[in-house]
Amino acid sequence: MKTISEINERIKKGKVVVTTAEEIIDLVDRKGLKKTSKEVDVVTTATFAPMCSSGAYFNIGQPKPKIKLGGGKVYLNGIPCYSGFAAGDFFLGVTSLPDDDPKNRIYPGEFRYGGGHLLEDLVSGKDVKLEAYGYGTDCYPRKRLSAWVNINDFNEAILFNPRNCYQNYNAAVNLSKKTIYTYMGMLKPNLGNAHYCSSGQLSPLLNDPYYRTIGLGTRVFLGGRVGYIAWYGTQHNPKVERTKKGIPKEPAGTLALIGDLKGMKQQWLRGASFLGYGATLIVGIGIPIPLLNEEICRFTTVKDKDIYTKIVDYSESHPSGEKSNLGEVNYEELKSGKITVCRKKVPTASLSSYSKAKEIAEILKSWIEEGSFFLTEPVERIPSVNSKVGFKPLKERPIR
Amino acid sequence: MTVSKKIVLRFPPTLVDQPVVYRLVKDYNLSFNILKASVTPKEEGLLVLELTGKEKDYQRGIDFLSRLKIKIQPLSKDVTRDEDRCTHCGVCIDVCPTQAFVLDPKTKRVEFYKDKCIACELCIKICPPRAMELHF
Repeated sequence: MKTISEINERIKKGKVVVTTAEEIIDLVDRKGLKKTSKEVDVVTTATFAPMCSSGAYFNIGQPKPKIKLGGGKVYLNGIPCYSGFAAGDFFLGVTSLPDDDPKNRIYPGEFRYGGGHLLEDLVSGKDVKLEAYGYGTDCYPRKRLSAWVNINDFNEAILFNPRNCYQNYNAAVNLSKKTIYTYMGMLKPNLGNAHYCSSGQLSPLLNDPYYRTIGLGTRVFLGGRVGYIAWYGTQHNPKVERTKKGIPKEPAGTLALIGDLKGMKQQWLRGASFLGYGATLIVGIGIPIPLLNEEICRFTTVKDKDIYTKIVDYSESHPSGEKSNLGEVNYEELKSGKITVCRKKVPTASLSSYSKAKEIAEILKSWIEEGSFFLTEPVERIPSVNSKVGFKPLKERPIR
Repeated sequence: MTVSKKIVLRFPPTLVDQPVVYRLVKDYNLSFNILKASVTPKEEGLLVLELTGKEKDYQRGIDFLSRLKIKIQPLSKDVTRDEDRCTHCGVCIDVCPTQAFVLDPKTKRVEFYKDKCIACELCIKICPPRAMELHF
């Protein structure tokens, strides 16, 4: 048994022992659970994948004369932002698209530049075009503002992602006779391919399946610098079917993350385009797990072959909101490049980058080892299997 | 000595209705494999070919094409990867018809084997961070 303050004391003294969620597997195999959980203090987990529920809020400071953005309109590089706040604040979502983007009118749409690309441009220090329209008040008389700005011109630029870090995700296939373009990529007809999106054994919430250490306030790696868990994520759904070891077999827990966009790195926040679907942001996240006891250590030894997910048809059942399960498959099988669905061999591909996730886990490890990153006690626990939190479809009540 | 090269041919509109490839076979003993073709009457035509034959015949064939004012480029230059933009997710792997992308089982990085690429361009719009680039 260890406490977080004891681990932080060891970080201060330069004596902390950190491994990645990949390294801990071999270590426990070699040395056993008891010894390893005593010797190792922290396991680092990570993910680097497209996460559409991401965005950032900004405060522009006021020009002379002043303008009220609230209730008006704000565009950055032609991307519409949400301005329903006070005079100087607005929010940018990563799937936002220019008004004149053809979207899917020319099918499949390319979505070359959206909110995610804009965030990447800002993080890399580029100038972007700010265009704002206010309706004019006695205290904010200005009606129009058009100026070049970069990230340093804002008072605040805060990345705030309502849903990141999905604990497991579907393996997507296409049973229909035509190619479909989805948020899981291009799915070829007649089970032509299968796409999945999880860093598996490196994935944060799969290494702490009941959220014993990851909680509100947990300090994390977000986009290349320090960030925090602000809340549990939207659609957080802990009470799904799980394996005997507690690993969810379908999309389950999620996290809402927050951090200062200034100082984040372009390398870990990448604008992305999904053909026929839209624009988004690829987000790099790393989360440390303190090995407080043997059980927590055992959870971090989860292997790709222990993590199962469901194969879901994205041509018919997923869009119509019907439950569908064409079988279960584990991540070792998915990563082998071929799986069997309905007795057919189907090639697989990933949307989540394992090699980049590994890099993030290594970076977080080095931050902890060099004493620049300390662990935090969660302020509040994330709702787990015994909570009332869950994910439900909308019961439509038509307006007559 | 036999050579086999992938080349990009650009035809002026006046040549689009000429049986150029037939002449390569008949007069220069070359065999061909069409990798991509886009030929519209009265517009510039594009043909991506793999040409195989004896080195001497190959050179004579290329000279013949040049005389016709056909622009010839080697294919290998056409699709490149921006190494900085690639995130090594692997979504290109099952899209590529010639298996030019391979996931290295050790490093988990996606290797791009340019010699296998036929410049079909499928990966270009599929790549989420748009790391694949087409050059003419």
